Amino acid sequence: MRSFFSALLRSKAGLFGWIILSVFVLAALLAPVLGLDSPVRGSLSARLDPPTWTGLFSPGPHPLGTDQLGRDILSRIIYGSRVTLAVAAAAVILGGIVGVALGIVAGYFRGMTDRILMRLVDIQLAIPLMLLALLVVAALGPSLRNIIIVLALTSWIRYARIIRGQVLAVREREFVQSARAIGSGTMRIMFRHILPNVLTPALVVGTLELARVIIMDAALSFLGLGVPPPAPSWGRMLADGRTYLSTAWWIVTFPGLAIVLTVLSVNLVGDWLRDYFDPKQRGLK
Amino acid sequence: MIRYLLGKLAESAIAIWGVVTIVFFVTRILGDPAALLLPIGASPEEMARLQADLGLDQPLFVQYLSYLGNIATGDFGQSFQFMRPAMDVVLERMPATMELAFTALILGTLLGVVAGTIAALNRGRLAELVVMLFALLGQATPVFWLGIMLILFFAVDLGWLPTGGYGTPAHLVLPAFTLAVFVSASIARLLRSNLLDVLKEDYVRTARAKGLMPRVILIWHVGRNALIPVVTMIGIIMGELLGGSVVTETVFSWPGVGRLIIQAIETKDFPVIQAGVALIAFIFVVINFSIDLLYGLLDPRIRERR
Repeated sequence: MRSFFSALLRSKAGLFGWIILSVFVLAALLAPVLGLDSPVRGSLSARLDPPTWTGLFSPGPHPLGTDQLGRDILSRIIYGSRVTLAVAAAAVILGGIVGVALGIVAGYFRGMTDRILMRLVDIQLAIPLMLLALLVVAALGPSLRNIIIVLALTSWIRYARIIRGQVLAVREREFVQSARAIGSGTMRIMFRHILPNVLTPALVVGTLELARVIIMDAALSFLGLGVPPPAPSWGRMLADGRTYLSTAWWIVTFPGLAIVLTVLSVNLVGDWLRDYFDPKQRGLK
Repeated sequence: MIRYLLGKLAESAIAIWGVVTIVFFVTRILGDPAALLLPIGASPEEMARLQADLGLDQPLFVQYLSYLGNIATGDFGQSFQFMRPAMDVVLERMPATMELAFTALILGTLLGVVAGTIAALNRGRLAELVVMLFALLGQATPVFWLGIMLILFFAVDLGWLPTGGYGTPAHLVLPAFTLAVFVSASIARLLRSNLLDVLKEDYVRTARAKGLMPRVILIWHVGRNALIPVVTMIGIIMGELLGGSVVTETVFSWPGVGRLIIQAIETKDFPVIQAGVALIAFIFVVINFSIDLLYGLLDPRIRERR
């Protein structure tokens, strides 16, 4: 653990990523006790108020202004992050479980199983992920559960491919050979001996997937196929704010900044984790 | 090489079959087209007659087989909205989508290659830091938000460019640049790390020891090898551009296939959804097939492995 922190302190980018991400996660977790305005109830007398610090006329204490219904944008961003982060994390974990399991099966059994699974991956990759997500959400209907399923569906592939490659190497190692020699069952070998050895790459893939899934989630809600209202979502805030582009720039600016900062920090953390767990890569970067 | 080519061809064919199959079954979950076509209050007899006309009373598997037979000849059925063959409707929108995707791809690749090379050759200097900072930001910025911000600045505030629409070169500037930022960010990051790897290779040291000019080494020895993975990357990027067209085209009111698919989803125009998704997937598969070929030509090790 000490080497973890000292390695972190040596990497400015990694440290920056962890700090920003922690701030976002903390704000999301603590949202109810931060004393924010309601993210769903606004007051029409406070419609389209500019951010307080711009010095323009703004009666209420709205640090990032209000939207077309007089709702506080800061509060909507923070409450929106609860939805976005929870959905993205659930999708990446679900996709990870499926992808890692299939990757292990493909890499361990090889042969026909492997070929069929990898062909399945190729077929799915032939549809651009965004189109696939759109199609499935449209078919199943946009609900919290369905969005998670769809995002997980776009996510399992990358795990499966990378884990399969790892397993192909691990299965030839001596401890797997000896487990097989003493008569361990297939399940036991896969879960007790192989799984622990591929968890690190799975974690790295998961972090980088988290960034991609956050953007895709925002894109779906931007297109009106995200988590349904009244739950605030970053993508829909952007879509709604487009109408007021010429009068209220703050409605579209701040939710977008929130997405950029979150995705940037998750990417930095992912890059850092990859370097940290793979010392061969260290020094190259 | 022939075996490599045939193998790739078979893979592509299976992928396309898989795509149209997925599209068929997913659109069936969307709902009953007959119920959408008829006015509210139509009698059950009228409903049954229309279902029979559309072949919807057949078992699902029979429907699937006739669907496969039809699309093999490019027939995706009539669009419910436009009352014309769905493929014609989609094909009309294709030039706009391709125009945007290829402009962005070319512009973004040029930007990315220049930026990545600058970063690699200025290792540890300010130039590298600046390029990498922009690349990281470019990758973290959702295309639709960047698009909105550019509209806000260049169209709404400055009034230099149109906020959206299609027709003149001025309309192309903002959407193409928006997508190019994303493309160049990915390419710059990948190319930089490839260049740094290749610069360490023995053959580069040999070339230097022979006293070749640095520019010659950079282009002939380093550039060629560092660009090979970038070629593969272009396949992935094309997928993002084509799939992402639904978002970009919505932001800029660009009349391409992406926006058509969104409209078709809203109106449950199945034939158009099927034709649109199938066509985009087909183009994507063809592009990836060409890239695999190119890859085999550029790197003899790839085709020998088979």
